[in-house]
Amino acid sequence: MTPISSTANGSAVGVEKKSATAPKVRFRDPQIEMAHGAGGKASRRLIEGLFMPLLCGDSTEPLADAAHVNVGGGRVAITADSFVVKPLRFPGGSIGELAVNGAVNDLAVSGARAEALVTTFVIESGLATETLQREIEAMANAARIAGVRIVGGDTKVVEHGKADGMYISTTGIGSLIPGIEVNPASVRRGDKVLLSGPIGDHGITILLARGELDIECELSSDTRSVLPFVEALAQSAAGAIRWMRDPTRGGVATSLNELARDCRLGVILHEDAIPIRDAVRGACELLGLDSLHIANEGQFLAVIAPEAADVALEAIHRVPGGAEARIIGEIQEQPSGSVLVTTQYGGTRIIDMLVGDPLPRIC
Amino acid sequence: MKYVDEFRKPELINKTAEEIRRLADPNRHYRLMEVCGGHTHAIYRFGLKDVLPSNIELIHGPGCPVCVLPMGRIDDGLSIAAKGDVIFAAFGDMMRVPGTNGSPLEHKARGMDVRIVYSPSDAIKLAKQNPDKHVMFFAIGFETTAPSTALTLQRARKEHLHNFSVFCNHVTIIPAIRAILDSPDMRLDGFIGPGHVSTVIGCRPYEWIARNEHKPIVVSGFEPLDMLQSIVMLLRQLRAGEAKVENQYKRVVPWEGNPAALRAMADVFQLRPYFEWRGMGFISQSALKLREEYAEWDAESRFEVPGIRVTDPKAAQCGEVLKGVLKPAKCKLFGNECTPEHPVGALMVSSEGSCAAYYNYEHRKTSQLTSISVTA
Repeated sequence: MTPISSTANGSAVGVEKKSATAPKVRFRDPQIEMAHGAGGKASRRLIEGLFMPLLCGDSTEPLADAAHVNVGGGRVAITADSFVVKPLRFPGGSIGELAVNGAVNDLAVSGARAEALVTTFVIESGLATETLQREIEAMANAARIAGVRIVGGDTKVVEHGKADGMYISTTGIGSLIPGIEVNPASVRRGDKVLLSGPIGDHGITILLARGELDIECELSSDTRSVLPFVEALAQSAAGAIRWMRDPTRGGVATSLNELARDCRLGVILHEDAIPIRDAVRGACELLGLDSLHIANEGQFLAVIAPEAADVALEAIHRVPGGAEARIIGEIQEQPSGSVLVTTQYGGTRIIDMLVGDPLPRIC
Repeated sequence: MKYVDEFRKPELINKTAEEIRRLADPNRHYRLMEVCGGHTHAIYRFGLKDVLPSNIELIHGPGCPVCVLPMGRIDDGLSIAAKGDVIFAAFGDMMRVPGTNGSPLEHKARGMDVRIVYSPSDAIKLAKQNPDKHVMFFAIGFETTAPSTALTLQRARKEHLHNFSVFCNHVTIIPAIRAILDSPDMRLDGFIGPGHVSTVIGCRPYEWIARNEHKPIVVSGFEPLDMLQSIVMLLRQLRAGEAKVENQYKRVVPWEGNPAALRAMADVFQLRPYFEWRGMGFISQSALKLREEYAEWDAESRFEVPGIRVTDPKAAQCGEVLKGVLKPAKCKLFGNECTPEHPVGALMVSSEGSCAAYYNYEHRKTSQLTSISVTA
């Protein structure tokens, strides 16, 4: 998710700031389209041009995965995320698992441990109880693994033919992990970019699970809590963590472009260092997609001060499921505000955020 | 990954790049046109310009089927789909291409039933799943995709599938190359020939380019090593003063093409007397339409087609870019009025379009990149 506030200085959304003049809405698109929900440029335009001016006043803080706010003298992290996925179940996971892990991960990459979740179900009438039960069980299981309680929720039922079976929305509250202070403004030239594991598993799994493509392969979603990795980083290199993000919709490219823009530096990626499974590469080659734009649900990116990068990487490697983590690049002055991919033979290319969803290239 | 990794090996690429530097005469400027949009995409995707000497200039050709489609055709197709009970099915490539009143995706947001398909046969599947609706497949592509449209139409006819039609925008590559060579402001030294098209038509149809125009042409694959090898082959010919057709992509392209695919095309399609190409005007015998026997599945005979003609915005220079006369970034609209978010022309939409490829992969690199040290 991309909530409309930030972690940096702790102002809650539009609560503590008041603008003297009327907020300036800059969103000019005449209608909302799928692209506005795809996590790319169109989403960002919507959030920055319509939601933020009206809800956050003149806040200029960068967008982040969760907001840190003062509550009763203490600081907590809060996030919200909603899940609209077709099919509801897919190899390696289901909507219920995503709904828990998504919120847990948004909190984790803001430097917080999820403490409690509340969840909203929007259910299509006619949904088999068995299907619903399975998803509730999946949520309970994911919550147990992530060490978070589900403390409440809400249920709405909509007419048959709406909501694709069910939509789930989750709100999470978390306690801050001591020592972690993530902020794109703290990113410096020479910092290293760390990625927790192979990219694109989730996005390609969903694409194939829809059954529209006659491609079969052994691939499953990477949905999982990334909290254990964040905690390992906190223990090994807390003060050296500059920035973290879970690269969901829009993939690694989108998260890193947001970083580049926010810190006004260049992110240089080494293509051959980026872990990726052959099945994902193959599907991307066939469909003309760039794996850096494909969604992940169980990976995280971190920018680490160079002197601590090796220690941080070793710490991640020791966490179960972290063996494939790599340093995939570094921060440089140029190209400022952009992400540049380099190849072993010296070719380079800029990789930008997409406007909307990645579209296959056939003809 | 087989058939991919061996063509991206750094040591082979570096060796081939070295060979190119050795063969290229430093006192000469080489202008080589890659005809196919897939090649344009690969050049930027793999950063090939970075490994080529600066006196080898790659000129982007007209081989992006989405880009050469005039806006009026999109409007025509969408106007049929606006009639209700029609499902507009097309490849993902088409989805963001602007029509006068928006792209297929924007029409979908307003309620039109627009579906992305991965092959024309998926459109048949859709028609069977939706018997009370009509599925119109908006067909685009050169000879690469035309055979699969042809086979799909043969199947629709055989199975008496009546709720399916094709709005045919298939174009042919040879007349486009001819138009480029006829263009007085175009000076080219040779061609990187289209790989996918040639799997169907083979290499023979290019022979006139070598014979009559005295330009070498090398049919090329799409991996970095393929393209560099093709450049080596072109440079060798130029050095020897030769002009012939060569096939670098032998692992995929048979010299005689694919007779079964050509037969299917001949059964279903006939040449249109002329067809409008975006920015290049009307080119005779450059596009396909369905034969009379397939009229029932021809959206243009079955539905009323308004025949909309839309002129490009005056400031847009899509035509010059398509013909390779103008570099994308030199267009007055590039990066200002025309961006991937708000495209004026299809060249800025399709990932094979040279403007989109240049915008996405290159332009910030050249405008801002001053001191990158690559430490892979």
